[in-house]
Amino acid sequence: MSKRKEKVRIADQEQLSPGIFSLWLETPMAEEVKPGQFVGVYPKDASRLLLRPISICDVNENRTRMRLVYRAGGAGTKELSTYRSGEELEILGPLGNGYDIEAIRGKKTLLLGGGIGIPPMLYLARELDQAGVAATVILGYADSKTFLREEFDRLYPTYIATMDGSLGTKGTVIDALNENMVFADLACACGPMPMLKAVKEFAKDAGMKAYISLEERMACGVGACLGCVTKTTAVDEHTHVNNTRVCTEGPVFEASEVEL
Amino acid sequence: MNLAVNFAGVELKNPVMNASGTFGSGQEYAELTDLNRLGAVVTKGVAATPWEGNPTPRVTEVYGGMLNAIGLQNPGVDVFIERDLAFLAGYDTRVIVNVCGHTVEEYCEVVEKLNGTSADMYEINVSCPNVKAGALAFGQDAKVLEQTTKAIKAVAAKPVIMKLSPNVTSIREMALAAEAGGADAISLINTLIGMKIDIERRRFVLANKTGGFSGPAVKPVAVRMVYEASHAVKIPVIGMGGIATAEDAVEFLLAGAKAVAVGTMNFVEPRTMEKVVEGIEAYMERQGMKDISEIRMD
Ligand SMILES: Cc1cc2nc3c(=O)[nH]c(=O)nc-3n(C[C@H](O)[C@H](O)[C@H](O)COP(=O)(O)OP(=O)(O)OC[C@H]3O[C@@H](n4cnc5c(N)ncnc54)[C@H](O)[C@@H]3O)c2cc1C
Ligand SMILES: Cc1cc2nc3c(=O)[nH]c(=O)nc-3n(C[C@H](O)[C@H](O)[C@H](O)COP(=O)(O)O)c2cc1C
Ligand code: FES
Repeated sequence: MSKRKEKVRIADQEQLSPGIFSLWLETPMAEEVKPGQFVGVYPKDASRLLLRPISICDVNENRTRMRLVYRAGGAGTKELSTYRSGEELEILGPLGNGYDIEAIRGKKTLLLGGGIGIPPMLYLARELDQAGVAATVILGYADSKTFLREEFDRLYPTYIATMDGSLGTKGTVIDALNENMVFADLACACGPMPMLKAVKEFAKDAGMKAYISLEERMACGVGACLGCVTKTTAVDEHTHVNNTRVCTEGPVFEASEVEL
Repeated sequence: MNLAVNFAGVELKNPVMNASGTFGSGQEYAELTDLNRLGAVVTKGVAATPWEGNPTPRVTEVYGGMLNAIGLQNPGVDVFIERDLAFLAGYDTRVIVNVCGHTVEEYCEVVEKLNGTSADMYEINVSCPNVKAGALAFGQDAKVLEQTTKAIKAVAAKPVIMKLSPNVTSIREMALAAEAGGADAISLINTLIGMKIDIERRRFVLANKTGGFSGPAVKPVAVRMVYEASHAVKIPVIGMGGIATAEDAVEFLLAGAKAVAVGTMNFVEPRTMEKVVEGIEAYMERQGMKDISEIRMD
């Protein structure tokens, strides 16, 4: 499981919905990555130095390819979206802790994904399915321009929420959760901060364990710069203060352990 | 071909090291690059007690570089000695411990605790732009810098490198003040104070508003300052600021540095320092040089 910087070949890149891209990379890293882990993708334009952290969205069946699904928002990800199959990219990985499937095994699980937090939940759903875990998926989108929805549908019962009400429940994943009265022992969530805060509250009220995947600005991705910290309820073992490194101890945390 | 240098009395197998704060304690990069290839590992700033650092966002990218406002988060010197120094003792490289503090007494306390350890040298960060309680003041007033250096030298059992801030009017004056205070060496540049504003959200990108600017974009400023400082003093200089390649490193050596440090580029390519060592060898080969000391301008 050692981290490394690798030159990888793009096997395929396509647009899933406006501004959302799906990128398949050919890499031996696919053999070992866990759901919830991420890689750092380096822009080629030398004026853009820092890695872009992108979660593993999926891995192909014989584990030779790894999929990233991302929003082309800023300069670096827009540049990334221009590359085609056959071209090479530099990535650093595997990064982060990822989900502990053993801690989830046997528990009725809720998978919550909001916006660009949806992609990592797909790989998690696939691995949980393999582990025989019973789960329900709720995905939150801005509008009817959804992505990856059918792939979740194939694995687990999947509910949708849209902010504009054009599909499924009008509102957030929490609104969809309340509307559909889904009961579970445990929740796994990735999405924007307001959603994660709501999931944390919901889980606390329901006396349910929740694993949430956090996002923070990163420079090194490997725990060296201390750029990516998040506040913790207890003194962290590595830093010896009340914060912890999202890139190393995270990005997946038990909700009760972090202050959002 | 000889790359070894005697730096302030300490033998370095080559003059290439990392810049403090960009390499953790070395441990974080040990699986990505070979620490044994480095002249020295410079550890992240350590204080007498654990520091929380600044709120996030702490880092962002700018054209050809980055801004950081980490705020010198560190676990405190006791944990550092037990964990980080112990780890580095397993490698064949020198260890330079970067020290930070709010007061002269705090710097001295850390140095005294390190005296009996495997640390080879101290680098005193009197120039971090992200800490409010005044560390920058130590490095921005020549008189204060000289006194601070004296006080630290009085308790230090290992060579002391004073790390200078570029955010001053005259870098010569600061270099001379460090030398007058008894410093064994100086290193520069620390980061330049920068700022980035998110025009859509109409907010500062960093929670701290300002952050230290580093990376390839700062190199010309750094080369100039290293040139000025190293020609003002007799003590040796570690040059840094934007080094990405062996050619960049050679430029600093020609400007007058005796050793060089790679900072931000470690984040981009963890093997940068190894490549710099290899590239310096290739440069010496094509210049027909036998010893690293021949890399100088006449
Ligand atoms: C652990 C983790 C996993 C992620 N997984 C995904 C994913 O699967 N799909 C996806 O679309 N996005 C994901 N993101 C967010 C993604 O990293 C940012 O959208 C991306 O870095 C923005 O880069 P840019 O070139 O578009 O923007 P620019 O404006 O050019 O970025 C400038 C700098 O800011 C950083 N930055 C900007 N926005 C963010 C952000 N939201 N989070 C962290 N850094 C940011 C960039 O990395 C870069 O260093 C993830 C973030 C983290 C921390
Ligand atoms: C994320 C980050 C953290 C840093 N932390 C420290 C530090 O703890 N102590 C210090 O003396 N300098 C610190 N620096 C400054 C660097 O050591 C170096 O002086 C500066 O970044 C210029 O070199 P570069 O352009 O190669 O990065 C830090 C720089 C960065 C980017
Ligand atoms: S990104 Fe550097 S410590 Fe996490």
